[in-house]
Amino acid sequence: MLNIKNIHTSINETKILNGLSLEISPGEVHAIMGPNGSGKSTLAKVLAGQDDCEVTEGEIQYKGENLLDLSIEERSREGIFVGFQYPVEIPGLNNSQFLRASINAKRKHKEEEEMSAVDFLKLARETIEKLEIPQTFLNRGVNEGFSGGEKKRNEIFQMTMLNPEIAILDETDSGLDIDALKIVAKGVNEFKSESKAIILITHYQRLLDYIEPDYVHVLSNGKIIESGDKSLAQRLEQTGYKDDGE
Amino acid sequence: MANESINKLIGDRYKYGFTTDVESESFPPGLNEDVITALSKKKKEPEFMLEWRLKAYKHWLTLEEPDWAHIGYPKIDYQDISYYSAPKSNEDKPQSLDEVDPKLLETYDKLGIPLHERARLAGVAVDAVFDSVSVATTFKKKLSEAGVIFCPFSEAVHKYPELIKKYLGTVVPQRDNFFTALNSAVFSDGSFVYIPKGVRCPMELSTYFRINAENTGQFERTLIIADEDSYVSYLEGCTAPMRDENQLHAAVVELVALKNAEIKYSTVQNWYPGDENGRGGIYNFVTKRGDCRGSNSKISWTQVETGSAITWKYPSCILRGDHSIGEFYSVAVTNNKQQADTGTKMIHIGKNTKSTIVSKGISAGAAQNAYRGLVRIMPQAKNSRNHTQCDSLLIGKDCGAHTFPYIEGKNSSSIIEHEATTSKISEDQLFYCKQRGIGEEDAVNMIVNGFCKEVFKKLPMEFAVEAEALLNVSLEGAVG
Repeated sequence: MLNIKNIHTSINETKILNGLSLEISPGEVHAIMGPNGSGKSTLAKVLAGQDDCEVTEGEIQYKGENLLDLSIEERSREGIFVGFQYPVEIPGLNNSQFLRASINAKRKHKEEEEMSAVDFLKLARETIEKLEIPQTFLNRGVNEGFSGGEKKRNEIFQMTMLNPEIAILDETDSGLDIDALKIVAKGVNEFKSESKAIILITHYQRLLDYIEPDYVHVLSNGKIIESGDKSLAQRLEQTGYKDDGE
Repeated sequence: MANESINKLIGDRYKYGFTTDVESESFPPGLNEDVITALSKKKKEPEFMLEWRLKAYKHWLTLEEPDWAHIGYPKIDYQDISYYSAPKSNEDKPQSLDEVDPKLLETYDKLGIPLHERARLAGVAVDAVFDSVSVATTFKKKLSEAGVIFCPFSEAVHKYPELIKKYLGTVVPQRDNFFTALNSAVFSDGSFVYIPKGVRCPMELSTYFRINAENTGQFERTLIIADEDSYVSYLEGCTAPMRDENQLHAAVVELVALKNAEIKYSTVQNWYPGDENGRGGIYNFVTKRGDCRGSNSKISWTQVETGSAITWKYPSCILRGDHSIGEFYSVAVTNNKQQADTGTKMIHIGKNTKSTIVSKGISAGAAQNAYRGLVRIMPQAKNSRNHTQCDSLLIGKDCGAHTFPYIEGKNSSSIIEHEATTSKISEDQLFYCKQRGIGEEDAVNMIVNGFCKEVFKKLPMEFAVEAEALLNVSLEGAVG
């Protein structure tokens, strides 16, 4: 589904990713771990297509196509979702209006009929209930005045509504208390299925207590230095990353 | 990234640029007492009106054009403007829409406002001003049953001279400023509204203004009087055809709210803003003022300003009656080389008076957008309150936003609050929207509309939709 081959990137001429390779198939959950500055968030940016991340070498195949040829919005419409570490606020823009525009942009791309306001509202209400999120989320501005935890829950809400094929969750666990973490994890676990792939980018092992990964990769200096199953995460929890005391 | 799409967006030409081929009967350019006399005669005005005009003209001659606003434009030659223009068919005034020159109706169609349909669907009475003469008035009957007077100003001069004499120039005196003196001398037509005591106007009153003939200044005059315990909501909207000559527009709007009366005045202004080099476009020098003359009266201005090369406009409230309320909600959008200097004045005279100002300025391209507001609380206006919120949004890096608040509190029992913010549409916001599959243009529209939400929700429903669409057209491609 997603095949990252020997990717090198630089941001403002600083090299960040340095020969990263990773292959992901439907149904798999991959955890990417590593110390600060190892390039974890850059990986999410590269997959999303953010302009300031220049790919200098390597290739990424997504569903048999060259991902790097697609614009940011095309990638999204083709099923790539990124849950951000710091979701941005858009004051005054209604959350449900935003989400419906998002869903319909994707539908239009797929040459499907647009979702009506009524159907949208029904789906949104059901989803929000399932995720144990307050109904008021729908009528608030996009992330406007949301606490850190609320923003993360909003990302999970959006992910569930958009129903992507691959979800890349960048430090979705950071800044969450244990209850919020459980809610977020529940949302991710419900999303999980044989046809979906998930990439969890995280600094800490505790998220993996709630979402069980199939593979754990350790990122250091822009490439994967070790891969294993979930026991690798547990080991890291005890020994820490080599060049990072946390 | 953004440069290419900025250019693409800004390159989007004015969509309503066309000129209808209606034969106009116009005066040659020039202004003197003879021209004013001829104009008054042409309109078959009573003697008092001509005297009033000439008095204004004499005063105007003593005035200098103001230059304090944050705008720049070449000097206007007032002798190079024609002061009267009317579609030919005016001699035989149409009594119903069927009799209206089909060319005119076509014009409205092009603007997306099929008059009859719109009027019927929305239940709105429309007094359409095409150039200087009103050509169609609908729903007259329903209004007259309620006792509401809604007619062209020139008609009111004949039919209701007592009301005109009593109220004209009492809110905006002839001598108020250079442009009001000029307007008082040469005003062409406009709307007159009178809501009798205790009447709630059964429908929203709406006028579509349109400048059409080449090289003709437009000098609209609007007077709205809400008698005691009455209510009216008035909508004004306009578009203009594309042209190269700059056009002057100097309108005057006067509102009078008596005891317990409420006037809600909404504007969507979309005059031709000029091309991407700032060529052509309307100069819009408007004086709008409301007088809350009676206690517990309320006047509320809502405006969405997207057009004109230059906007110079400060819809104001004089809060004379005790417990009266003044409101100003504004969205001003400037793109390319457009310049706007707009805001409001809230003059608190009565006790316990309250005013609210919400101003949203959006600048894109190389545009300059200034908010200029005065809040004055007089010594006798005890326990008065003002809250001002003034937000600017910048799109791109060549535009400017400026805020000039003037605050004068002359007693200690009143409270004045002023908040101001300036923000940019950030790359992060655009990236976020795009990652959710929303294209750049839609993203900008959504972000800008979100920014304006507070003001849009003050507009009547069908107007709010129009305003949103307008904003999108105005900012097409203006990403930074």
